[in-house]
Amino acid sequence: MRPIQNENTPSTLSSPVTGDPVIEIHHLKKSFGKQEVLKDISLKLMNGENLVVLGKSGSGKSVLIKCIVGLLKSDGGKIIVFNQDINTLNRTELGNMRQKIGFLFQSGALYDSMTVKQNLEFPLRRMKKNLSELEIKEKINEVLENIGLADALHKMPSQLSGGMRKRISLARTIVVDPMIMLYDEPTTGLDPITSDEISLLINEVQKKYKTSSVIITHDIKCARNTANRIVMLKDGEAYMEGTLTDFQNSTDTFIKSFFD
Amino acid sequence: MKKYHPVIKVKGFATSQSVKLSEKTIAKTEKAGNFLTEIADVFLFILQIIREIFSRDFEFKEFFRQCFQVGYKSLPLVSVTGAIMGLVLTIQSRPVLVDFGAVTMLPGMVAISLIREMGPVITALICAGKIGSGMGAELGSMKVTEQIDAMEVSSTNPMRFLVVTRVLAATLMIPLLILYADALGILGCWVGANIKGDVSFALFFSQAFAHVHFMDLFPAVIKSFFFGAVIGLVGCYKGYNAGRGTESVGVAANSAVVLASLLVIIVDMIAVQITDMLL
Repeated sequence: MRPIQNENTPSTLSSPVTGDPVIEIHHLKKSFGKQEVLKDISLKLMNGENLVVLGKSGSGKSVLIKCIVGLLKSDGGKIIVFNQDINTLNRTELGNMRQKIGFLFQSGALYDSMTVKQNLEFPLRRMKKNLSELEIKEKINEVLENIGLADALHKMPSQLSGGMRKRISLARTIVVDPMIMLYDEPTTGLDPITSDEISLLINEVQKKYKTSSVIITHDIKCARNTANRIVMLKDGEAYMEGTLTDFQNSTDTFIKSFFD
Repeated sequence: MKKYHPVIKVKGFATSQSVKLSEKTIAKTEKAGNFLTEIADVFLFILQIIREIFSRDFEFKEFFRQCFQVGYKSLPLVSVTGAIMGLVLTIQSRPVLVDFGAVTMLPGMVAISLIREMGPVITALICAGKIGSGMGAELGSMKVTEQIDAMEVSSTNPMRFLVVTRVLAATLMIPLLILYADALGILGCWVGANIKGDVSFALFFSQAFAHVHFMDLFPAVIKSFFFGAVIGLVGCYKGYNAGRGTESVGVAANSAVVLASLLVIIVDMIAVQITDMLL
């Protein structure tokens, strides 16, 4: 593994990326019963960019990316991914769209009843139906080597540590070569060293697989290590948007309380 | 302009008691609304399963895996239950039949009661405990740990992959388990008959099956398919619709067993009534 960069040194990635937007969100609204979780969110994810979405617990960060991937249906607004409105797609079209989007769940969401190998084979066999057995095997070995867990192939998820589960989960997501990665709290529940390793992996995935990523987190260190651009959510709305430097230089009390 | 005055001053009537009563009414209305919503959800769940059964991409591999899980993995439990059922029934019935001098009726009586009622119901209740709770807990924990969502984003229909395969496996395997339990029950009866008497294997079975007709077996097999479907449906519904916390897994498993057992008894009652009307 590459050495993890110092906490106090801002990421070399921390510069805005200009390109075509791969995700455009316009006036997104989502409520659960009477609770309005997302009030009016508009944002864009540019091609090749790492966009970090920061916010307190319960500010609607996870709901936002679940709406992007169609796990939750928004109540209002538009989510345009690769020029297609997610809300207007039928099940088959949504399935095809999801092949371009990787989703790393907060809990890892590895299938408990399957080995690591079977976990990696599962999306591969369903999304890349034209691959031969040899190609599947090679692909699995390649991603496991990339995440540094080549020896975990025949282990069950229950035999893995929290960090290993996150890595395997990341491997399962990237094995199908997604164009967009959505990370839901990738470093939550991990020790600082493992958190840094996961942040590093996120950057490596971005470089190697040329992905654009939305990283949901409340871990400032992870945001520092991975962000090209940051959006802060507060009370279901985009409170501030900018680069890491903008946030660090902000005099706003709420932003300062987050970054200090 | 004409002015209207209220005939009764309502404000004066709004006592604390009337406020409490109205709160109770609201709570009861909400409860009734939730109950009706749940019934509608169950109905939609069943409709979705039926639609997915006839879809093109049926998950055969997962279906056979579930048949193995539901059928083969339940064999030890069903074997013990079935054999003990026959044995106990024989030991309990024998003294009464001896008093009436009808001990030769013992194999036939036990065989009929096992095939018609005891075998299907007791095996179904055992399966509701093992299979229903297993499905509720497994799908519930998959829901809590976002595994179902992960399946969804992997372009896999979780309803088709997880629910349809389990419901169909339970519907097909539980009748087979029931027939197997019936057979072992009759074998247990033979062992029971030999504890205090001496009857050969051939004589016992010729006496047992002399009283059993096709129409004893047929309705029992038909209702056992319904038992299987109910157990699979309830287990999957409770698990698939579990809440988000870890506590929900326990609730899903527990309520799956309770509801499936209750529904098995209700389905049995309906089946007995229908059989009685038709035969």
